[in-house]
Amino acid sequence: MSETLNVPTMAECMAEGRQPEILFWVGSAGSYDDRAKKITRAFVKILNKANVDFAVLGTEESCTGDVAKRAGNEFLFQMQAVTNIEILNAYEIKRIVTACPHSYNTLKNEYPQLGGHYQVQHHTQFIEELIHSGRLKIENENTFKGKRITFHDPCYLGRANNVYEAPRALLQTLGVEIVEMKRNRKTALCCGAGGAQMFKEPEKGDKDINVLRTEDALQTNPNIIATGCPYCNTMMTDGVKAKEKEATVTVLDVAELLATAQNL
Amino acid sequence: MGIISNIVFAVILVLGVGYFVKNVKTLIRNIKLGHDVDVSDNTSQRWKNMAMIALGQSKMVRRPIAGLLHIIVYVGFIIINIEVLEIIIDGLFGTHRIFSGLGVFYGILIGTFEILAFLVLVSVIVFWVRRNIIKLQRFWKSEMKGWPKSDGNIILYFEMVLMILFLVMNATDVHFQTMQSGNVISQFIAPWFQGLSEATLHTIERTAWWLHIVGILVFLNYLYFSKHLHILLAFPNTYYGSIAPKGKLNNLESVTKEVQMMMDPDADPYAMPEATENDEEPAKFGASDVQDLNWVQLLNAYTCTECGRCTSECPANLTGKKLSPRKIMMDTRDRLEEVGKNIDANKGEFKDDGKQLLGDYITAEELWACTTCNACVEACPVSINPLSIIIDMRRYLVMEQSAAPTELNNMMSNIENNGAPWPYNQMDRLNWKDE
Ligand code: SF4
Ligand code: SF4
Repeated sequence: MSETLNVPTMAECMAEGRQPEILFWVGSAGSYDDRAKKITRAFVKILNKANVDFAVLGTEESCTGDVAKRAGNEFLFQMQAVTNIEILNAYEIKRIVTACPHSYNTLKNEYPQLGGHYQVQHHTQFIEELIHSGRLKIENENTFKGKRITFHDPCYLGRANNVYEAPRALLQTLGVEIVEMKRNRKTALCCGAGGAQMFKEPEKGDKDINVLRTEDALQTNPNIIATGCPYCNTMMTDGVKAKEKEATVTVLDVAELLATAQNL
Repeated sequence: MGIISNIVFAVILVLGVGYFVKNVKTLIRNIKLGHDVDVSDNTSQRWKNMAMIALGQSKMVRRPIAGLLHIIVYVGFIIINIEVLEIIIDGLFGTHRIFSGLGVFYGILIGTFEILAFLVLVSVIVFWVRRNIIKLQRFWKSEMKGWPKSDGNIILYFEMVLMILFLVMNATDVHFQTMQSGNVISQFIAPWFQGLSEATLHTIERTAWWLHIVGILVFLNYLYFSKHLHILLAFPNTYYGSIAPKGKLNNLESVTKEVQMMMDPDADPYAMPEATENDEEPAKFGASDVQDLNWVQLLNAYTCTECGRCTSECPANLTGKKLSPRKIMMDTRDRLEEVGKNIDANKGEFKDDGKQLLGDYITAEELWACTTCNACVEACPVSINPLSIIIDMRRYLVMEQSAAPTELNNMMSNIENNGAPWPYNQMDRLNWKDE
C-alpha cells in the first residue's frame, strides 16, 4: 500500500503563510504502532477525499503525556504538556481532531489548565460533521451490507467524555446491523489497556481483561468488532486471537470501515 | 411515676442526641484532616446533582429491584420519623398522642406511616434474603468479611425491629384502636393480643413505645460506626462530587510550579531558594496516607455504602485481580478512623504510629491493577471517586519513591527521550505517511 497521501505539516503551512482548518493530532500509537498506522492512513484518506484543509505537526508532535499522568508521573506529564502547548500555541492552533481517545481526553480536559485551549474532536465526531454538512458522501453503501457489527466503547471516549453516539451514527450510514454487547455505553467494560496497562504485564488474576471483553463481543456473534481507539484495537485483536476467532471476526476502526466503504 | 418518667425520657434524649453531636464533631474534624480543595464552582449544577442523585436516587434505579426497594426503605424511614416528633413531645410532657387532636388528618398521617412501616419491613426482609440466602456476589467479596458483613445485617435487624415496635405499639394502644382511624395495618395485629387485660396491653404498648424511641436514639448513634452513615453524608457527598468530565484528572499545582521554574529560561539554576520557601516543608507529591488526600476524598470514604456496585463493574476485579474500588474506600475510612483515634489519644496531635494507608492497607499491587476506566465512578450511586485516590497513591509511588513497575519506568524514559512511549526515533514520527 503506497499510494501517496496528502499530509501537509504545520511547518509547511506556516512557510506558505496559511492556516489550515484543523490540526490532525496523530498521537504516538497512530504514528508508530503498525496496526494503528493503518487507522491513521484510513482517516487521512477520508480527510483527503473530503478535501479537508488539515495539517499534522509531524516530527514536532510529541506524546501528550496521558500514559505518564495515569502512571502517576505528573512531572513527565506536565513537561510533555508544556512542550506541546508551546508548539500548538506558536502555530495558533484552534481546532484539533484526533483518532485517539486518550489524546482527545488529555488535549480537551487536561491541557486547558496548563495554558492550552483548543476545540478538540474525536475523528468520529469530525467525520459525522463532514457527512452532515455534505462534504463527505458514502459511495458504496453496500460494502458491508448485512454484516453484523458490534461497537466497543473506548473508556476515554465514552465514560470519560460521554461520546457514545457519534461512532454509532457512522456505523449506521453503512447499512450494517449494529448489535450491542450486554455491557455497552456507560457500562461498557474496559479493553484493559488504559491507565498505562498497555505498557506492562497485568497483575496476577484469573483472566486477561481483553479476553473477557472479547467474550462480551463474541456473544453478539459479530462479523466485525468496531472500535474507535488504537489501544482498544490492539487489545481486541489480541483477544480475538486468544479466542481463535481471527478467521471469522475482524477488528476495525470506524474510520477504516468508512474508508473501505468509500473504496479508498 | 409520671414526672419521673418524663425526667428519665429527657435524660435519655439528651444523652442520645449529645453523643451523636460529639460523633458528628469527630467526623468533621477527621474529614478536615484532608487537604483543602476548591469546590466553590458551579453551585447550581451541584445543587442539581444533590437533588437528583441523593434525594432522587437517580443512580439507584439503574438496578431496578434494589433501586425500588431502597427507595421504599429510604422514603419510609424518613417519613415515619415524623412520628418521632410526637413521641418526643409526649415523652417530655407526659401527654399521649398529642397530635391526635388533629382528628381525621391524624388518622391519615398515622395510616400512611403504618403502610410505609409495613412496606419497609417487607423490603428489609427482601434485602436480608438477598444478602444472606441468595448471597448476591457483591456482598461476599473478601473485603466484606467480619465487621462489614455484620454491619450490613445489623442495620437490617435494627430497621425490622423498629418497624415491628412501631406497629405493635399502635396495635396495643386500646385508645388508638377504638378511634378506628389510621390503624390500617395495626388492626390486623391487634387480634393477636386479644384476651389480654387492658393493663397488660398498656404495659406492652408502653414497652414498645420506650423501646422504639430508645432504639431510634441507639440507631442514630450507631451511624457513625457504620456504612449507614451514608443516609446523612450522601447529601454533601453528591454536592461536592466532581462535575468535570470523568476523564479529567486533577492538575497537581505543586508540580506545575516546579515545571514552570525548570522551563523558564531566565531562571538561575544555582539561585538560592527564596527565604520564604525555606520555612515551607517541601511539597509531598501524591498520597501515602489519609492526610495527603483532600477532604472530599475523605468525605467519600465516610459516605461509602459498601454496596459494591463499583467493584462488580471493575475490569480488574472481574478478572480476579486484587484491586477492588470498594476496598480502596473502606481502607481509607478505616485508616482515617485509626488516625482520628490516635489524635484523640494524644491530646489532639497525631503521633507517628509507623503505619500508613499505602502498604498497611492498600498495596502497590492493587494500585497498579487499575486501568483508569472510570467504571467504578460511573457505577457509584453516591458520587464517590475511588479512581482519584488510586491516582494520588500512584503519584506517591512514582514521584516520591520511584517505585513504578520496571516496564512503566522503561515506558517513561522512552517518553523523556523520544517523545513516545516506545523506543522509536522522534524523527520517524511521520514515516506512516509513506508506508
Ligand atoms: S477505574 Fe480502576 S478501580 Fe475503577 S473500575 Fe476501572 S479499573 Fe477498577
Ligand atoms: S464506592 Fe460507591 S459503589 Fe463502591 S461500594 Fe462505596 S458506595 Fe458502593
